[in-house]
Amino acid sequence: METIILFAPLVGAIIGGFGWRYIGETAAQYVTTGLLFLACLLSWIVFLTHGPETQHIHILDFIQSGALDTSWGIRLDRLTSIMLIVVTSVSALVHLYSFGYMAHDDHFGEDQNYKARFFAYLSFFTFAMLMLVTSDNLVQMFFGWEGVGVASYLLIGFYYKKPSAGAAAIKAFVVNRVGDFGFALGIFGLFMLTDSIQFDVIFAAAPALAETSVHFLWTEWNAANLLAFLLFIGAMGKSAQLFLHTWLPDAMEGPTPVSALIHAATMVTAGVFLVCRMSPLMEYAPEATAFITFLGATTAFVAATIGLVQNDIKRVIAYSTMSQLGYMFVAAGVGVYSVAMFHLFTHAFFKAMLFLGAGSVIHGMHHEQDMRNYGGLRKKLPYTFWAMMIGTLAITGVGIPLTHIGFAGFLSKDAVIESAYAGTAGGYAFWMLVIAALFTSFYSWRLMFLTFYGKARGDQHTHDHAHESPKVMLVPLGVLSLGAVFAGMLWYEAFFGHNVNKFFGIAGGDHHVEASHDDGHGDDHAKDDHAAADASHGDDHATDSHGDDHAMAKVASGDAPQGAIFMHPSNHVMHDAHDVPKWVKVSPFIAMLIGFIMALWFYIWDPSMPRKVAETQRPLYLFLLNKWYFDEIFDFLFVRPANWVGRFLWKRGDGDVIDGSINGVAMGIIPFFTKLAGRAQSGYIFTYAFTMVIGIVVLITWMTLSGGAH
Amino acid sequence: MISADLNIILPEIILAIYAMVALVGAVYTGKDALASLLTWLTAAVFVVVAAWIGISGAGTNVAFNGMFNDDGFARFAKVTILLSAAAVLVMGQEYMSRRGILRFEYPVLIVLAVVGMMVMVSAGDLMALYMGLELQSLALYVIASLRRDSVKSTEAGMKYFVLGALSSGLLLYGSSLVYGFAGTTQFSGIIQVAGEGHTTLGLLFGLTFVVSGLAFKVSAVPFHMWTPDVYEGAPTPITAFFATAPKVAAMALFARVVHDAFGGVVGDWQQIVALLSLLSMYLGAVAAIGQRDIKRLMAYSSIAHMGYALMGLAAGTEMGVKSMLIYMAIYVATNIGTFAFILSMERDGQPVTDIQSLNNYSKREPGKAIAVLILMFSLAGVPPFIGFFGKLEVLRAAYDAGLAWLAIAGVIASVIGAYYYLRIVFFMYFGDEDAEGLDKSRSPVLYGFLMASAAVMFFGLINLFGIEGPATLAAASLVN
Repeated sequence: METIILFAPLVGAIIGGFGWRYIGETAAQYVTTGLLFLACLLSWIVFLTHGPETQHIHILDFIQSGALDTSWGIRLDRLTSIMLIVVTSVSALVHLYSFGYMAHDDHFGEDQNYKARFFAYLSFFTFAMLMLVTSDNLVQMFFGWEGVGVASYLLIGFYYKKPSAGAAAIKAFVVNRVGDFGFALGIFGLFMLTDSIQFDVIFAAAPALAETSVHFLWTEWNAANLLAFLLFIGAMGKSAQLFLHTWLPDAMEGPTPVSALIHAATMVTAGVFLVCRMSPLMEYAPEATAFITFLGATTAFVAATIGLVQNDIKRVIAYSTMSQLGYMFVAAGVGVYSVAMFHLFTHAFFKAMLFLGAGSVIHGMHHEQDMRNYGGLRKKLPYTFWAMMIGTLAITGVGIPLTHIGFAGFLSKDAVIESAYAGTAGGYAFWMLVIAALFTSFYSWRLMFLTFYGKARGDQHTHDHAHESPKVMLVPLGVLSLGAVFAGMLWYEAFFGHNVNKFFGIAGGDHHVEASHDDGHGDDHAKDDHAAADASHGDDHATDSHGDDHAMAKVASGDAPQGAIFMHPSNHVMHDAHDVPKWVKVSPFIAMLIGFIMALWFYIWDPSMPRKVAETQRPLYLFLLNKWYFDEIFDFLFVRPANWVGRFLWKRGDGDVIDGSINGVAMGIIPFFTKLAGRAQSGYIFTYAFTMVIGIVVLITWMTLSGGAH
Repeated sequence: MISADLNIILPEIILAIYAMVALVGAVYTGKDALASLLTWLTAAVFVVVAAWIGISGAGTNVAFNGMFNDDGFARFAKVTILLSAAAVLVMGQEYMSRRGILRFEYPVLIVLAVVGMMVMVSAGDLMALYMGLELQSLALYVIASLRRDSVKSTEAGMKYFVLGALSSGLLLYGSSLVYGFAGTTQFSGIIQVAGEGHTTLGLLFGLTFVVSGLAFKVSAVPFHMWTPDVYEGAPTPITAFFATAPKVAAMALFARVVHDAFGGVVGDWQQIVALLSLLSMYLGAVAAIGQRDIKRLMAYSSIAHMGYALMGLAAGTEMGVKSMLIYMAIYVATNIGTFAFILSMERDGQPVTDIQSLNNYSKREPGKAIAVLILMFSLAGVPPFIGFFGKLEVLRAAYDAGLAWLAIAGVIASVIGAYYYLRIVFFMYFGDEDAEGLDKSRSPVLYGFLMASAAVMFFGLINLFGIEGPATLAAASLVN
């Protein structure tokens, strides 16, 4: 069944991509979408029926050389099954949605076939993403990692006639290469130190790595910290964290379904997934996780500030995505991986929905993307309006404070913020996230008010012809809105509540918990217990002795921790997160309210306010509007020097030196000798005889000087 | 004793008698009317003798007190010479008879030249060497100017004769020096004097002169000057002959002299041979670029190819000799096909040699064009055609012998040389649309040789038709 999930999208991609000429474009669309829904259905079956235990499914052998064994296999555990449903559900809905969205496209002529290609790319992306999340070793993961990169490149540049789309595709690819370089180094480092790329072996070796130091660049590093950091660089690139984030907003050049699937719900969360997957290593890398927390919080804040002033509807959501990814990294950084996954999970639903909703608006408004030209669309696009409203309620975190009732974002985001407070003792990360929550609320409501309320602005003709999207686009919105409303409440316990250990298959009986802690949250902090890894290895002594043994000893003896995620025995953050003061728990809600009221004031009560504020605070406004000038700074620091070096090597190095010397030899020197040889061939016999005599003289002289010498 | 000696040189004796009988018989009967028949008959005799030598010969037999060797090396060379001579005779027969120059002396002279070559490659003594060489040369001088009414042909014969006389003089002078310092003309005696890596300067002088004389025969730079003029001036079938059998014979003789007589002082002659090789490769590659006449172009091409063969020889090892033999065999096979094509180049019944006439040839005769393409690629050394493997062998031999610089220089020269081979292909495939084309060829013989040669170029990559085994044995019998 897992194999079918994995390969159904690939089959779809191949049939859609290569076979559409034989079966027709429409059939190709149906085939890819149908296979995706099949994969989706099976994924949900796996998610709901498969227990928390880790299962390995071998698919085929690939490279076996020395200690390197890169067999293709599926590691099926809770982490994988969560990602499976996220990826296949969103992907299937996006496939469906694309039926409507891609039906007519002004970027292509009447006689051009682009639909089958689009669907094939989507399916190929899904396959690569599944490859990534199901892998049981780093190389397979890297394959998927690069596969999604390729698919992302192809889809961002899907409107290849638009120069900006091509540039954005290249930018995404190049920036991701920077991250991938770190990731690759991390893989090499892990292989060098542990002699394996299998997750189980690496996880088992993590405690030992924490005690190892390794020489890299100019100095000695702690191996665990260094490797965790290198892997995180890969995650930064893929998940658009600060400094490697510049590609994400530009990626909005792609068709909107792509933005929803790849640049909101799935691919960009691969970095978060990687950190969670590598949790056994991360737990032994305190400096690296501190850095992850810091960078995640900063990203959340910076992205939110930029989101405040953007006018392109998709860019606002893009910065919102980047900000939410920062939230996830904070949760992972403080060591509450389940919460990171929780936010990833809920975010996938409401963010995909916001994007698809935005796509619906764009579709209805004839590909107008500037919010300043929207307004009053509530009546024209009623279903889209309600979907967007649910998405906004979810992302801003609306719910009833101090209870577990609310929209998906309310539960997951609050869990993140509480974890951040607990993990950093109320420090930097916590405050950044709270402020970011305020901004999130502001820009999300700003988007709603600008789009659906107020007077119609912009081109009157466009507004007159604004129309609701077809059903095929609205159905995915409806399905996703269910997730946006209920996903948080349904799975709160599993991700953050009392069932985390059970849900993620983290071993450890209650008696152990009782032994180490004596507060009332028995189940709650059972996750503190480290897995005595016995199930997978069948080690008798492990089962016998796991009672009071310190987990550390177990790991050192070479067993991988059990369960999908691992939290070190000394990691009490999740437990502490439940005991944070009441004001901390309420703070995100307050921030949300402030943001909402501000947006209400700025865009409903007094629509002249934004202009006034922008004028009085002009430098700040420009600073934010220009995205903190990241693009300009990068352009100056990296792009232009790289361009210069490239141009220099091309023109001077390749053009002048290599081509020049080859051409010089081929077109100057050799013809010269050719002419000379032709002239020597005078046709006169005495010239020939003379040449022979000269020849013999030279040979005799040579022989005298060298040959006879010894 | 004598009968045993005669038994060993029986093939040569039979061919010599055949030549004389044919000459006398033709003079007293039909004269030129018999020429066609005689040509075919001669070719058949060559093939039979080649088969006889190839199949029956075994071991190393020495005749006339070491004057004459019949060993694996000699047999390999003789078979190659005989078969290529037979092929050239058959190829040229129609061409020459159509132009009225197929005289009955032509096949006879070829037989005499071949006998000379066979003596050369078997020579075990400076006397035998010179006898064979002169027998061959005198016959070749005559056939170079076979077309007596053509200025170019007579000029070619004249130049060849005068310069050949000069080279014979050099060779003789060298031989006398060697005799003077070694006290013997036998190779087995010379090697005892010039053995163990130490020898007198006088002997080396003698060696240098002998090598110069031989370099003339293989047309190595700077003793190559006659080659383009003779190739251009001689009738094309005779050019084809010049380009094949005598080159093999001279190269084999070269190998025999340097290994049998001077095998002990490899270090001394190695540098001379390497220098000749280097100069030949580069001059052949560079000078051919300026040629518009395909026969002159092939002359420079053969100079360059002799450079590569000499590179194998310069290695001074068994592997070097083996690579040289393989290279020569491939060279001959390729050249037979190429000359078969050149022989078929006609416009309005007149032979054409300008490479511009190949413009757009692929449109008119795609099958032959692809065959020529394969031959040109093979000459240029483009894989997977066997020309590449020949080059690879000599390069490897040179590299293994510590002549890495020569191998690198050879690779660069082959890049330069590729230009003019590819230019022919360019003309055939991308040439001027309006250019006046060639006649459709009518000769099935030439077509057959061209196609067979191209097929050899391609299918030879499987195992080079097994010539590697005999070549290895031949090299082993020469180099001890």
